[in-house]
Amino acid sequence: MNLQNLIDLFAGFFLSNLLGYGGGPASIPLMYQEIVTHYRWTNDTEFSNLLALGNTLPGPIATKIAAFVGFDVAGIGGALVALVATVVPSAVLLIVLLRLMAKYRHSPVVKGMTLLVQPVIAVMMILLTWQMGRTSIEALGWWQAIPIAAIALWAMEKRKIHPALVILCAFVYGGLVVPHI
Amino acid sequence: MEGHSAKKYVQLAWAMSKTGVLGYGGGPSVIPLIRHEAVSAYRWMDDDEFGETLAIANALPGPIATKMAAYLGYREKGVLGAIVAILAHILPSCVAMIALLSFVNFLSHSPVVQGMIAAVMPVIAVMLGVMAYEFAKKAYQGLGRWMVVVFCAISFLLLQVVPIHPAIVIVLFLAYGAVHYRLLGKLKNKAGGEAS
Repeated sequence: MNLQNLIDLFAGFFLSNLLGYGGGPASIPLMYQEIVTHYRWTNDTEFSNLLALGNTLPGPIATKIAAFVGFDVAGIGGALVALVATVVPSAVLLIVLLRLMAKYRHSPVVKGMTLLVQPVIAVMMILLTWQMGRTSIEALGWWQAIPIAAIALWAMEKRKIHPALVILCAFVYGGLVVPHI
Repeated sequence: MEGHSAKKYVQLAWAMSKTGVLGYGGGPSVIPLIRHEAVSAYRWMDDDEFGETLAIANALPGPIATKMAAYLGYREKGVLGAIVAILAHILPSCVAMIALLSFVNFLSHSPVVQGMIAAVMPVIAVMLGVMAYEFAKKAYQGLGRWMVVVFCAISFLLLQVVPIHPAIVIVLFLAYGAVHYRLLGKLKNKAGGEAS
């Protein structure tokens, strides 16, 4: 585990995540730039394998890639450094900002800000829903995607079944039924 | 209070590892799951605060799910809580990633795995949709009917039609929000016919 490797890992993942706006998926092209083009930690084929596996596994995508590349370059220590560089800077920024806002909670300025941000979040969520719905219809077809969605809605909103359970049921259906259709 | 405090850590770790393991499709799709744990299941915060946190988190760079986990952990248990929450959220998938890379070809071509991922997507879409509805309802209650229509239309135009980066749109709305009440007050004064 040499020091230069760890410094490079930190710099590479720090940069690509701090410049990546819009969550993990948005920073993938930037990570590619650092991992493949700049530091040559992996080549194109391996990177696309990484992405394929990363998309197959659950959880945030940026941290999975950071963990793997860090591990590949410098073992456990490398994985830790790459993960810290990926998550800590933005997490600290969020905590500091929210503390600041909590302090001025009752000022009309902060009140107006929290009020006005709601329509944007709602619209962003609607767009995300639309996107996710379209992908699932492409993957499953109308006749499977719509009933699954309807059952999920009924189970979570009417029957108040825990979302985790609904997701597990979907996994079972997807694993047992979908491949045979 | 030792026992109680240890319980909080366990709750944080359990909630965040669940959301990490069940969330498919990268950070943003995991948000409804995190909201379920934070707002409905453990009541660490109410919906207003969650929405506000989400908005600020969206305006900042970096992965979204880990930012949310960090803040939830910090809010409940300080720095150590933040560390526990982040680790619980990312470790299972990171370890799996390192362990499974040699099986990548098998996994990404297995019809069973592909079927599982496909079947989960409609469920995630529904969860996102429900969350969108609840945010829209809240915006409606806070802003009133015509203002919510106008602001939603403006954000839709900026996000989808123009399109401007979401972070910039959020910053624009935050900036306007900062003067919103002052502007409203001025308008009301004018409507009151310069009473002074």
